Amino acid sequence: MATSADKSNKTTSSDRPSDRLSDEQLLKMYKTMVLSRKLDERSWVLNRQGRAPFHISGIGHEAIQVAAAETLRPGYDWVYPYYRDLAFVLALGMKPVDHMLGLLGKAGDPSSNGIQMPSHYSHAGLRIGSISSPVATQVPIAAGTALASKLKGTDEVTVVCLGEGSTSQGDFHEGLNWAGVHKLPFICIVQNNQYAISVPVEKEMAVKNVADRAIAYGIKGVVVDGNDVLACYDVMAEAVERARRGEGATLVEAKTYRVTPHSSDDDDRTYRSREEVEYWKQRDPIRLFEKVLFERGILNDALKQEIEDWAIAEVDKAEEEAVNAPYPDVSEMYDHLYGPVPNWEA
Amino acid sequence: MAIMNNIEALRETLRQEMERDPRIIIMGEDVGPRGGVFRATQGLYQQFGENRVIDTPLAELSIVATGIGLALTGYFKPIVEIQFADFIFPAFNQILSEAARMRYRTRSDWTVPLIIRAPYGGGISGGLYHSQSVEAFFAHIPGLYVVAPTTPYDIKGMLRAALQLDDPVLFFEHKKTYRLIKGEVPEEDYVVPIGKAAIRREGDDLTVISYGLAMHDAVKAADMLAAEGIGVEVIDLRTLRPLDKETILESVKKTGKVLIVHEDNPTVSVGSEVAAIIGQEAFEYLDGPITRLTPPDVPAVPFSHPLQDAFMLNPEKIAKAMRELAAY
Repeated sequence: MATSADKSNKTTSSDRPSDRLSDEQLLKMYKTMVLSRKLDERSWVLNRQGRAPFHISGIGHEAIQVAAAETLRPGYDWVYPYYRDLAFVLALGMKPVDHMLGLLGKAGDPSSNGIQMPSHYSHAGLRIGSISSPVATQVPIAAGTALASKLKGTDEVTVVCLGEGSTSQGDFHEGLNWAGVHKLPFICIVQNNQYAISVPVEKEMAVKNVADRAIAYGIKGVVVDGNDVLACYDVMAEAVERARRGEGATLVEAKTYRVTPHSSDDDDRTYRSREEVEYWKQRDPIRLFEKVLFERGILNDALKQEIEDWAIAEVDKAEEEAVNAPYPDVSEMYDHLYGPVPNWEA
Repeated sequence: MAIMNNIEALRETLRQEMERDPRIIIMGEDVGPRGGVFRATQGLYQQFGENRVIDTPLAELSIVATGIGLALTGYFKPIVEIQFADFIFPAFNQILSEAARMRYRTRSDWTVPLIIRAPYGGGISGGLYHSQSVEAFFAHIPGLYVVAPTTPYDIKGMLRAALQLDDPVLFFEHKKTYRLIKGEVPEEDYVVPIGKAAIRREGDDLTVISYGLAMHDAVKAADMLAAEGIGVEVIDLRTLRPLDKETILESVKKTGKVLIVHEDNPTVSVGSEVAAIIGQEAFEYLDGPITRLTPPDVPAVPFSHPLQDAFMLNPEKIAKAMRELAAY
């Protein structure tokens, strides 16, 4: 997985930002990754049971997402996630039940109250922007939000996520161009899971790294092992600091792998080998993080079990709450088309 | 009261509103030192500086998208300019999938108070790609306001109204009327409500429903018919979404005959929708067929002069259609 860009960004152990993470922070990050995984796995189960019409998974993507959230100020910085960012939004403060309500199309889903498909996250209070399903549209929108922060003179940072498949869209190019022209406090995280549904990355682009494109926009590009949560933290911490200091935008490419099918309606056996998937399952970001935590004496078997039990209990609770929640009233369909209009006739 | 043409009214309103509200930001191609290719923003960069009048890359998608991103913060009120409406389509997905649906899909948690200005329309030797009428594409979309004011008074009043809304507004300006149409513009603040049509000329024999440059031609045609003893009522829709059904139906019920006139293609157009409304809600009042007069259903205005003239509507063509319907 090492790339030339990896090497160029290597820092010595003494000056890695992740060295400053406390044991509590590390455990919190680990717990969020486990919680996200269990919630994601339960979503698959509910789908296969016929109780959830659709699920789109973030399994395998948790490291970059949780690392990124840990470098941000939730509710202050702006985040435009994409549909695999379950761990990201949980780390920012959304609750498991928020995801579950959306998954089942139930009332009270804070993302859209059952209007959008699941995993199209939104939370105004946490400054988590809403996304649609056409991909990459959020990139130039995020550039506009970053421009707002700059014009206001704040040190807010805007982070936008997408998959490498979405980088083929013109929206991606235009958004990054704006980020470069205006030297915006903007970080674009490409979660390169190597497939656009069934189309492999070599049929998506002729460059080795998405991050190589950064030079074309006059911004910084970094490649990181997206399954190594501490490496992701290092890269994100530096990108956020640069953005806060007004030093401009960063394109972060987190190399990872989509170990699940694209969505619950996909069958990835039609386009890739089981051996390839199995190879990546051995590089599971949660397992890799556990190894580090065990080595540092932060995690042990008993605590690991305790955390897994806690996560399962949280997921059980979220599922029960969502199952018992009512569906939105049909009248909801007619609401929120337009805002109030001033009484001009008066 | 000052006499202004359309572009002057637009520019002065932008200036006044920017002086009043520091959250208004203008973005677009050539809107800065150049002041816009039609001079709509002339002097604004010099007055308000580069942080409020922002020259953008030549990329309509991101002109709109960054406007959305600014508006979403709830702090800025962007007015973005698409240099010619013909070039708006790279931004279509941003307008349809993002701006128009943001409020709906987030239950008003996020809103997009964004004004998208776009000069449209032909008769200026603009050929296929500097002349199109594109309003029907947008009038189809729930979540948008679509307006097409064509008098200096309305341009000021409707731009001020648009700035008071918390939703995206497509603000279409017929470019041939920029310097052609002049009128009085009061100094004081006023608003022309969005969603309210205007009756430009009253009459009892026939209703003409129109907007844009064609509406001005229809008024001239109505003057010609008045001399022939035929009273024509001319309605200027001004807002294309939502349509002012009340004014439309009231007039049709009075005259019993309706001619719909616009420069846009006839198929699935604003005129189609107006005809459907009248057919459904005023059928028993009609004394003749709901009639439409538009340019031919070809892609847009050809460049060569005789072809352009043949394409465009004019008072004579409209008067002829009026006479035929009046005689029915």
